[in-house]
Amino acid sequence: MNRDTVRAFLALTLIAVVGSVVGCGSGGSTSNPPPPPGSNVQPIVVNAGPAGASLGSNFNSVNVAFTSVTLCVPGSTTKCQTIDGILVDTGSTGFRVLSSALTLTLPQQKDSSKNPIAECLPFVSSTVWGSVKTADLTITGEAASSLPIQVIGDPNFPTIPSACTIFGPPQDDLASFGANGIIGIGVFGQDCGGGCATSGASNPGLYYTCPPTGCVVTTESLAEQLQNPVILFAGDNNGSLIVLPSVSAPEATVSGSLIFGIGTRSNNGLGSATVLTVDPSLGNFSTTFNGQTFTDAGFIDSGSAAIFFLDSGTTGIPECADAPSFYCPPSIIKNLMATNVGTNGANASVSFDVDNADSLLSNVNNSAVPNLGGPFSGNFDFGLPFFFGRTVFTAVEGKNTPGGAGPYQAY
Amino acid sequence: MKMCRPCGDFSLKSRIRRIAGIALLALALPFPAPASLGGDMTTVQADQVRMQGTLRSTSTQAYTVHEIQAPNGVAVREFVSPAGKVFGVAWQGTTQPDLRQVLGTYFDQFTQAVQAERSRHPGHGPLSIQTPGLVVQLGGHTRAFAGKAYVPQMMPAGVRAEEIR
Repeated sequence: MNRDTVRAFLALTLIAVVGSVVGCGSGGSTSNPPPPPGSNVQPIVVNAGPAGASLGSNFNSVNVAFTSVTLCVPGSTTKCQTIDGILVDTGSTGFRVLSSALTLTLPQQKDSSKNPIAECLPFVSSTVWGSVKTADLTITGEAASSLPIQVIGDPNFPTIPSACTIFGPPQDDLASFGANGIIGIGVFGQDCGGGCATSGASNPGLYYTCPPTGCVVTTESLAEQLQNPVILFAGDNNGSLIVLPSVSAPEATVSGSLIFGIGTRSNNGLGSATVLTVDPSLGNFSTTFNGQTFTDAGFIDSGSAAIFFLDSGTTGIPECADAPSFYCPPSIIKNLMATNVGTNGANASVSFDVDNADSLLSNVNNSAVPNLGGPFSGNFDFGLPFFFGRTVFTAVEGKNTPGGAGPYQAY
Repeated sequence: MKMCRPCGDFSLKSRIRRIAGIALLALALPFPAPASLGGDMTTVQADQVRMQGTLRSTSTQAYTVHEIQAPNGVAVREFVSPAGKVFGVAWQGTTQPDLRQVLGTYFDQFTQAVQAERSRHPGHGPLSIQTPGLVVQLGGHTRAFAGKAYVPQMMPAGVRAEEIR
């Protein structure tokens, strides 16, 4: 699917979603303040992704939810660019865009000595390196002004510092990153937190200042760090929810919604969802499986392609011979049962199935793949297949909602 | 297991529960720290010095675990065989550890395997690598990472891969 087709599809989906919201969302509670202007519903689509994002020659994107955002030069309404193929990620914080997808010239963030700031962020098995710039970001009717963002693979910062090669190989182009950018809307307000704002051994070393002599680790205040875009919205700024339909068999395309705010309008209430508050340091809850509790080891991450849990030795489910990142049971294993327990003591069970990844991925045209599982020793990562047929809420740390203060996840 | 910053009593209790029956050897500095994966005890203290961490060591009959808790929120556990070789490492924390340091001479093999795996198979999220001489599993999300690596040929008899965590 080419980029124009994706854009046209997103536009059609937007019309459909907005239409449905107008049709059913007009009867808000009289006790709530009037909703802010503009839609809070953004269409998302699980599909093959932007052309060129195929991770190798044999596969399209699998279980990645894409959306589009508009970036503008701060304060401008004309120097703007809409970018599609943006990965929707509840497992990270901050907006990042590939340099190759960015045509705007955005202002560079600088330190007090006027030296440019860059960031080295570890992802699970890789590193992204690039400059920190400032943009006005708009997504559906929501706007985050003067948002610090990262430009991955910025050609003005071509040399990755040696200290930034310690987390694994770089992902700095479309083929390796698999998306034009990523919008991190997880439970944290900033991508690093207090550690990066202090000097010394407690600083994890994500932010760099780049004088002409070369980039070195620096301190970065909370406000200067990459922000969760949601917290900069004028309203609907306490979190978000993702809605995707049930998927019973692999499909090429599945569309859903990313809705901003929790309990701020008639279309984003918690309903019967269970609020699982998470550890404020790690952002994890606990998970019980087969009578064993894995403390602080569970999370819900739309940016993970499967439900990754435990290992073959513990579950008895074999890994795929040619792809050890996924499980390959001889036949589907139905109704595996886990119970997620928040730090607030609330618990919510999850029943899920795991099928043979080789079979599930045999048709490379299918990008929305249910029942995909894989190992993650001692942990539970409820990735995108968990979202199929659910409404999943992510509340940001320190933000109040009708279900209590974040950070929490709820479903 | 909780691995937070700073690590509190809860973490210690749960760890002690998990390793019930294991002798607690030492809780204090200074103590010789093990080297990277595949290394031996002769290059001791390098990891601990680099991580500016505190060290706790526990032993079973099959191996000794040296756990380094660094002030940047990362805990690394290094599994040392009776022959003095680091056959496995596991880590957890608010950022990734220095994988070049933790994996040592296996880092380049790891990097190549990651790139090969990602190019052959789709998807973001946790990643597992299984080569004849190196097994790596890693995952997590921003501000919460976990992973492990071991060399199958160096595993002491009777030790299961699940114990490395």
